Amino acid sequence: MHLKYESYVREALVDGKKDYHQVTEDLCAPVENKPTKLWRIGFLLSASLLAFGAFSVAWEVQFGTGVWNLNRTIGWGWDITNFVWWVGIGHAGTLISAILLLFRQGWRTGVNRAAEAMTIFAVMCAGQFPIWHMGRVWDAFFVLPYGNSRGPLWPNFVSPLLWDVFAISTYFTVSLLFWYSGLIPDFATIRDRAQTKTRKFLYGLASFGWAGSAKHWQRHEYLSLVLAGLSTPLVLSVHTIVSFDFATSVIPGWHTTIFPPYFVAGAVFSGFAMVQTLLIITRKVLNLQDYITLGHIEAMNKVIVVTGSIVGVAYLTELFIAYYSGVLWEQEAFRLRVLGPYWWAYWGMMTCNVVSPQLFWFKKLRRNIWFTFFMSIIVNIGMWFERFVIIMSLHRDYLPSSWSYYTPSWPEVGFYLGSFGLFFTCYFLFVKYFPVVAIAEIKFILKHSGDKYKEEMKAIDVQDEGEFIEEQAHHH
Amino acid sequence: MAVKKFATATYSDEAVLFPAVKKTRGAGYKVHDVYTPFAVHGLDEALGYKVSGLHVAGFIYGLTGTSTALGFMGWIFTTDWPQNFGGKPHFPLPAFIPITFELTVLFSAVGMVLTFCYLCQLMPGVKKHIFNPRQTDDKMVMAIEVTDENAAEVETFLKGTGAEATDIQIAEEGWWYGRYDKEEEYQLKTQEA
Repeated sequence: MHLKYESYVREALVDGKKDYHQVTEDLCAPVENKPTKLWRIGFLLSASLLAFGAFSVAWEVQFGTGVWNLNRTIGWGWDITNFVWWVGIGHAGTLISAILLLFRQGWRTGVNRAAEAMTIFAVMCAGQFPIWHMGRVWDAFFVLPYGNSRGPLWPNFVSPLLWDVFAISTYFTVSLLFWYSGLIPDFATIRDRAQTKTRKFLYGLASFGWAGSAKHWQRHEYLSLVLAGLSTPLVLSVHTIVSFDFATSVIPGWHTTIFPPYFVAGAVFSGFAMVQTLLIITRKVLNLQDYITLGHIEAMNKVIVVTGSIVGVAYLTELFIAYYSGVLWEQEAFRLRVLGPYWWAYWGMMTCNVVSPQLFWFKKLRRNIWFTFFMSIIVNIGMWFERFVIIMSLHRDYLPSSWSYYTPSWPEVGFYLGSFGLFFTCYFLFVKYFPVVAIAEIKFILKHSGDKYKEEMKAIDVQDEGEFIEEQAHHH
Repeated sequence: MAVKKFATATYSDEAVLFPAVKKTRGAGYKVHDVYTPFAVHGLDEALGYKVSGLHVAGFIYGLTGTSTALGFMGWIFTTDWPQNFGGKPHFPLPAFIPITFELTVLFSAVGMVLTFCYLCQLMPGVKKHIFNPRQTDDKMVMAIEVTDENAAEVETFLKGTGAEATDIQIAEEGWWYGRYDKEEEYQLKTQEA
């Protein structure tokens, strides 16, 4: 009898009366089975989107950033919007794997692997935008501080744009390491079950020779814990630094101290929405409903409603401070956001981000899969609008003659679609060749959070104290 | 690195494994290793392992990152190429914080993962003996090094610890470069015998 006790009032995290072996069977099945027709179609669609994106980018490189509809006033358009949007999406993974690990949230084990993969792919997509916006992309390495041939010339270390370079690349590297160190034992599981030689060889390489030694597991636990501790402030720092791109400037509507927390909350908000979009489909297609349960979906919806409300408070605070500051330029910038030529983006943002997530206060809606899926799309549209609204503060500057309106050109739209192509191509490959749910971590929580083991605990809960003690004494 | 003889015992429940480990160590046998499919908390203590020093290494790597970032940026801005950015000081500490923080985290994370891989001998192309293919699935395997003389005795002892199955295996004790799709010479020899 196991005495790792968790109350049965708390919802089980693994359904379907699983034991260790069944967990392995279920979670390895997607990797071991032949890809379905649906997978092939999805993969081809994503790959063609990626190809179109590559064409749009090639066009931009060939003819210069002039093919984008940026102009004198609006120097940042869809590219930076998309950059911030993707980086924001890339925040949920590390939040789930790091912050929820430190807070001992058992439910993270069902979703962390896929969410971390999503993070890595989203950051890859985000990175494309500033890189290709450089125009002369072959000189992109100038942002790196290296001893160069142009004399002792260094990048400007006090520029937020350079901080971004360090923040995004560190975030990518650390997320990748965190993700991969968790994958090693699971690759070993697949390797030892492999039937074909190719599979044994490739998963043998990927598993780094892991055998599951007790000492190695001890170090692995230490590694995960410290990486979680490091990643927690890292997640917060990355979007803070992204917000500095705006906040350290002196543009009305950007020059505010509220940006860092407001951006981080928005990032978590949109990241969780993207996790919902992906996992609701993934759990259905790969038959993982026992591991990614309604309880998991509800927990993530709770995060969405909290962060959505934080974002809402931030929007209102911004408006109030603009009014209260008495600064004419600031007031005008916010009047233009609400009532100016881009009013539709502002109200789209308000509806999608602030009003609609409030529906998640109802438990019935939090546990409704269709509604959650619909809302996850709405939230991501809203968060895209948020970045667009902020960046379009540029459309009217101090000189009325240069006021303008901006709509993207086809290479800009193509670039954005291409980033979806990149994201989903990676995601499709991930769900086919990688274990989508962390196998070893599910086994770790199975005996206190699996439904089978919780039911066994029920009998103990109602047992008389003296009887229990006696039984245990005899047992050993 | 040597091919040796091992007695193994297989368990499928931690609740049986823990008393078995205790009993084995109590009887004076030296446990070569216990292989589990997931992190079994408390097993390191049961085996008498010391606390890992990995986090201390992580802290030192982190400090290296902090001093690298501050030293490098400070040297560039004050000595190598002092420039005037809007009349700000040459060593603007607050503006150095973001990069300093990122490098601290980067050095610490990368250093720790590399140290972890070094200590646990993990690398693409590294191969280790797998006593039971289900030790990464649902079984927990305890291995004890034996000699030709005491092999039978140890196996009988392990049977008495509640093991589901026991056997005697010839195994390479350390790691080597190899491919998992190819059987090693010592494994082929064992199969013949």
